[in-house]
Amino acid sequence: MATKDILSPLPGTFYRKSSPDAAAYKSEGDVVKKGEVIGLIEVMKSFHEVHADADGTIVSFIAENEEPVMAGQPLATLTI
Amino acid sequence: MAIKVVSPGLSTTVQDLGRPGYYHIGIPLSGAMDRAAMAAANLLVGNEESAAGLEVVFMGPELEFMLPSVVAITGGEIPPKLNGTPCETWTSFAVKAGDVLSFDFLKAGARAYIAIAGGIDVPVVLGSRSTYTLGALGGHQGRKLQTGDILPVGSTPSKARAGRTLDQKLRRQSTSPAELRMLPGLYWHRVTEAAGKHFLSDTWKVAPEADRIGYRFRGGRPIEFMPRTPPFGAGSDPSNIVDACYPYGSIQIPSGTEPIVLHRDAVSGGGYFMVGAVISADMDLIAQLQPHMPARFVAVDMPTALAARKDMNAQAAAVRAVLQL
Repeated sequence: MATKDILSPLPGTFYRKSSPDAAAYKSEGDVVKKGEVIGLIEVMKSFHEVHADADGTIVSFIAENEEPVMAGQPLATLTI
Repeated sequence: MAIKVVSPGLSTTVQDLGRPGYYHIGIPLSGAMDRAAMAAANLLVGNEESAAGLEVVFMGPELEFMLPSVVAITGGEIPPKLNGTPCETWTSFAVKAGDVLSFDFLKAGARAYIAIAGGIDVPVVLGSRSTYTLGALGGHQGRKLQTGDILPVGSTPSKARAGRTLDQKLRRQSTSPAELRMLPGLYWHRVTEAAGKHFLSDTWKVAPEADRIGYRFRGGRPIEFMPRTPPFGAGSDPSNIVDACYPYGSIQIPSGTEPIVLHRDAVSGGGYFMVGAVISADMDLIAQLQPHMPARFVAVDMPTALAARKDMNAQAAAVRAVLQL
C-alpha cells in the first residue's frame, strides 16, 4: 500500500490533543478521512488545526506531542 | 484593478513602511517588520518604496489577480507559484487577469513581502496604509485578510516592468544563530553583573508566541536583579519600574525570565524594566526569525549602533540606485 506523510503547514509547536487532559485526536491505527483534524500547531498566540489531506490509516506519528516543528516537516504517516 | 483573496494564509496584512509620529499617544509604528524587503519589493515593480504591499507570515495566501499587472515577492523564502508553476523571488514578473498566486511551505526566514505595481490602495490613516490589527486601524478594514476580500490596487506606475531583479549581494542574509546587536539601556544597573553577562552569552530561542507586537525569546538562564526597595509607583516584582516609555526595539524581561523585543505593533509604555534596545539596523532581522530559532544578543556602544545604521542606509541607497534605473 502507498503511504503519504501529513506535513506541518506552519512552524510552531505540535500538539496531538486539544488540551492537556483531552484524549489525542488520533492514535496509530486509526482511520482518518480527508479534512479530519489530527493535531494542532501553536504559533503567534493561536492554535491552528492540522488536517489529513487524504483518506487513510495512521501508521505512525513522526512528531511527538509538544514537539517544536518546522513548516513542511512530516507529522504523521498514512497508508492510503 | 484589484486582487481577490482566495485564501488568506495565516496572518496576511497590508503594510507599508509604517506610521511614525503617533507612538507618544499610543499608536505604534506598524508597517512591514522587514522594511528593507518591503521597500525592495516595491522598487522591483516600479512603485515608490513607501507604497503598500502585503506582509505574509509563515504561510502564504492564495490570491487571484483581476487585471494584468506586475508583481514582486521578497523577504523570507515562502516559495511562490503562479498558476501552480514556481516563480522567481526578488524579481518582478507579469500577471494576467485570472492568474492565481499561491505559496509552498515556508523554507527559510519567516515573512515574505508581495508588492504589486500601483500598490494596495486602501485608505491612508494617520499617514499610512499599514494595518494595526490590535487597534483595528488602517490596512484593509483594520484587520488581517480574509477569504473573499477584494483589495483595490492603485494605477500602474510608468516604471512598472517585469524581469527586474535584485542582485543576491543586495539581499540581507541572516546568520544562525541570529546575532541581534543591542545597546544596554537606562535600567542595566537593575540586573546583577553575572545576569548581565549570561544574558549576552546564552543562546535564546524564539518563542512561538512571537508576533508583530513583540518577539519573545526563551531558553536562557533567568535574570537575577540587584536588591532594592520598590520606588513609589512601581510594582513589587523586581522587573517592575515606575511606568516608562517603551522604545521600538526595547528589550523587556518580565519577571526576569523571557526577554521580549518590542516590534512594529508594540505598546508604547508600561511598567517593565528594559535591559536595553536592539539597534535599528537589526530590527529587520527579527522579522525573519521562525519559532524555535536560536538568537544571541550582542552588546554594542552608541558609535557602533550609529555606524550600523549608516551602513543600513547605504545598503538601501544601493538598492534604490540599481532598481530605479
